[in-house]
Order: sequence, then structure tokens, then C-alpha cells
Amino acid sequence: MGVVRISVLKFAGRAWVFGDNISTDHIISGKYKFGSISTLEGMLPHLFEEVKPGFHEKVREGDVVVAGRNFGMGSSREHAPALLKMAGVRAIIAKSFARIFYRNAINLGLPPIEATLIPEVTEEGDTIEVSLIEGKVCNVDKDLCENFRPFPNEILKVIAEGGIVAYIKNHGGLPWGTG
Amino acid sequence: MEGTLTHKILSRKAGRAVSPGEIIVVDVDLAYAHDGTAPLAIKVMEESRTLMKVADPEKVALVIDHASPPPTVAAATVHRQMREFARRFGVKLFDVGEGICHQVIPESGLVKPGMVVLGADSHTVTLGAFTAFATGVGSTDIAVAFATGKTWLKVPDTVKVELQGTLEEPLMGKDVILKLIGEVTASGLTYKAVEFVGEGVRTISVASRMTISNMTVEAGAKAGIFPTDGKLISWYEERFGYSPKPIQPEDNASYEEELNLNLSNLEPQVAAPPNVDNVHPVSEVEGVEVDQVFIGSCTNGRFEDFLMAAKILKRGRVRQGVRCVAIPASRRVYIDLIRSGIAEMLANAGCVLAHSTCGPCIGAHLGLLAEGEVAVSTTNRNFTGRMGHKDSKVYLVSPATAAASAITGRLTDPREFIGGG
Repeated sequence: MGVVRISVLKFAGRAWVFGDNISTDHIISGKYKFGSISTLEGMLPHLFEEVKPGFHEKVREGDVVVAGRNFGMGSSREHAPALLKMAGVRAIIAKSFARIFYRNAINLGLPPIEATLIPEVTEEGDTIEVSLIEGKVCNVDKDLCENFRPFPNEILKVIAEGGIVAYIKNHGGLPWGTG
Repeated sequence: MEGTLTHKILSRKAGRAVSPGEIIVVDVDLAYAHDGTAPLAIKVMEESRTLMKVADPEKVALVIDHASPPPTVAAATVHRQMREFARRFGVKLFDVGEGICHQVIPESGLVKPGMVVLGADSHTVTLGAFTAFATGVGSTDIAVAFATGKTWLKVPDTVKVELQGTLEEPLMGKDVILKLIGEVTASGLTYKAVEFVGEGVRTISVASRMTISNMTVEAGAKAGIFPTDGKLISWYEERFGYSPKPIQPEDNASYEEELNLNLSNLEPQVAAPPNVDNVHPVSEVEGVEVDQVFIGSCTNGRFEDFLMAAKILKRGRVRQGVRCVAIPASRRVYIDLIRSGIAEMLANAGCVLAHSTCGPCIGAHLGLLAEGEVAVSTTNRNFTGRMGHKDSKVYLVSPATAAASAITGRLTDPREFIGGG
């Protein structure tokens, strides 16, 4: 992995705030998959380019995304969560997620956290603290915490090990057993 | 959820009665990816020695459909990589021009009632029309399914959509699903398996059922499933001389939620930009000026779609200043259009008829939009910039409404030309 993980299960980061119905097209437009660029590195400068111009230059390792309802709706393109992870985003806190994005994010070790209050109160740049084991997310600047339903242990393991591929590499199979 | 189609299919696969919310590991009967998602799946497999294998080549397919033939060197390179992968592992490859994955897979007889199907494309739900539990996943999920033949699924809640009345020309499956999405919103069916039942189902063609299942994902659904009825059995018998074992929901099946939709008093529907749930009767949005009409895609690129378009375009021709692009969803549909004379009718009416590809739906090629331009399209998404410039607009409609709009150059209710009264 190359990067020393201080803790993947408990961390704090600076918030980038988005509204409802952010689609995978908003995260990374489908046209870039078939243009002259096809690598993730090449697509990175176009991350959120319509909804948050300049995002890829300003985002820092360990930041978090805070969004409204139905984050990641639309296409199944895994480029969307993969690019967020590559840009340094450590977690996404949203009121709800589209299901394919949710699965993809877990598979890549990028925790998708469902919360109701935090997305309501958070402003851009606020510091967000997350404890995946406790199931707790806090906005430090607003002095507000919220509990969320913790992930099942198998999913926590996948996230902790950096995704399903890393998990399979380490353990030789899926965390649910492959029969 | 007991007695539902989802319960029956997933319980049989799991070897025990399943319940909503639990995670099950199941054998995948068919897994496929296209040129938009296969490259990342192959990369995942190459980077992990454990995954660089295919559990059962008979249950894996790759389809070149998103940018086909390749409009860029990058796309050509991806296609070559897919051919190499298919050759190495002996998996089925549908090459350039054969068609869009969700069309060629059922046309080739690869999907049957009761199967669990994973596709690395959100519109994999299309195959629910064949009583399969079919759902879209990302590239990593599909890589794991290719390599292990298995996947994990969270058993979804089930929603019953009771279709009453009769679907009559020029109303099509597209109007049914747009109406439903408008009612439940773009997140209204998130994580849920939707099952279409009721007397109205038998009045809907298999092609229109595919359109309906196809767009259930636009409301967030995990699957959109139709029962195996006489119409579907005939579909299999005519093409493959094979009668599938029917799967029907029990009369007393328990659903987590129930919705009703009357087909008889449905009007032609449109999803106005920039969201798929911004749905109105066409009569309310009529008159919007149109630069491009697109008839095609996995949503509406089947024979009945072009037949309907031709019936309407017979009564006029594509208006000056409008470009009308017609793209069949597969080579088989393309050949049927030629044999039936529909290809000639569409060309005579002023349409551009292209080979099978996803084409302009994803803004890849064959009809992009300039700044400020408006498309009336039979596709499935109208998000900002989807088909071209970020300040272009997409209105989603049925092929009937698309053809009527091509003639007038404005968004037009097809009942001005056909049926209705």
C-alpha cells in the first residue's frame, strides 16, 4: 500500500459538502472513459469538475465528503469511488447512498456512512470525526455527534484491509466464506 | 417477502428460506461486463494473483458496446485487451457491432428464469423481464464473480407494483416506467426488488417489459422482475424451441410495500432535465424545441421501438434542422429492420441509421450535443451533460414520442399522429 495507516477505523478529516442526488456522472463524467484519457490518473483532474470546480487541486489526504440523499446514483462506474479514494477522500457521510455505489465503495475500502444530522449541519471545511467501530460521527466545529448503525464485522474487516481485493489476497477468499 | 419472485429465486440459490436484510453468498449463473467496466475488472484481476482466473468460462461474457467501433485510440486499446482476456480464459466475447450487452445476452439465450445474474452495468436489471434476479455491480464485484463464480448479496425488501388495465398504442413500456419513477422518485426504490404483477402484465410485450425492468434502477432498485407467463414462454419457444419452467409469485405472497398503476388511463410521459424523476405528461411540456432525436439504447433499441417510430414517421418526415439518430440495440434487430423494410422507411424519413452501439446515450459518439442544444431521447438518463456539453438538455421519452417530436421539431404528444382520440 505504501502509506502508513494511522487508523482506518477512527479518523478525522476536513469536510467537502454536496447536496442531494450527486450522480456518478457528477463525480466523473462518463465521457472521460472513452475519450483520449482512460486511466484513473488521467481522469483525476475531472473529479467533480461540474459541481465543485477545482476540487482535485484543493482536496487533501484524509478529507471527507458530506452529502445529502442518494449519493452516487446512476451508473455502476467504479471509477467514481476509486477516484475519490485516489484523491485522498477517507469516507463519505451522506443521508443515503445509491446501492451500486455503496457496494463499490465498500469493495474499495472507502466507508460509506449513512447519517441524518451531520449532513444537515455541516459546512464546507468543518472537521468531521468518525469512529467506524463505535458507529459514531461528529462535527467538531458544530459540537454535534450522531450514531450510525455500525458495519457488520465482515464489512469492517474489508474496510480495514483496504478493500475486497486486498482482503482476498490476504485471506484467500471472501469474508463470508465461499462454501 | 415469502412467496415473492425474489424470495423464490434467492431461497433456491441459497438452499434455504432467506429473509430481507441478511447477507447470503450465492453461485452466480451469469456474469458480464462491457468496455466501460471490463478494463477496471481486468486490472483488479491482474493485480491479484488469487483472482487471475475464471471459475467457469461458460458463465462469463464480455461485450463491446459502449464505444463501438472504437472512436478513439484509447477505446481501441481497451477492446483489444478484452479480446485478449476472452481468448485467454475461453469466455464468450460479443465483439464490435453485435449489440448492447443487455440485448445480446437474452437474444443469445444466455439468461433463463430463476437465474442470478450480475452485470458490471447498472442497467443489468433489464434481465428481470426474463424472471431472473439480475443486478448491476461495479468492476471489483464482477472481477470477484468472474474469478470465484460467487457473490455476496444482501437480501432486499420486495415491492409489488400491481399493473391494472391495458397498455394501448401509442403507449409503451417507457411511459409505464417513467410514470412509476415520477411517483416514487429517483431514490424511492433504493435497495429494493420490484416485482410487476397483475392483469396488466399480459398486455405488455417482452420488449416493453425489458424497458420497464431496465429503468427500475433509475429509482434505485436492485432488481425489477416480471413473472414467467405465457408471453415469456412463447418468446423462448419461438427463438430457442425451449420452454422455461415458469416462476410465479404465490397468490398470498407478502410484500414490504405495494403500489398500483393503471395502464388504461396513462398518458405519454417525459422526464425533463436534469433528473429522471422530473416526470410530466408530454402534453404539459409540449413545444420545447428539439435539436436532436435519438431512438435506441438498451432502454429502447428493440424491433417494436423502431416499428412504432416508423409508423409515426410514415406520416411525415424529420423536420429540417433536426437530426434524428436511430441505433438498433443489436445486430439481430438491425437485420430485422432491414428485412422488414423499416430501415428504408426510417432512412427515407430522414433518420441516420447506425450500427449497434450505446452511442450517444453516454456521450461517447454518434450524436453529441453542443452548448444549449436539446435532445429528445429514448435513453435512460438526463443528467447534466450526459449526452454532450454541460449546458445541453436531455428529455427522456418513448420511441413514439421521439418520432412525433422528430417530425414537428418540438416535444410532441404522439397521439397527434397515432392512436389516442
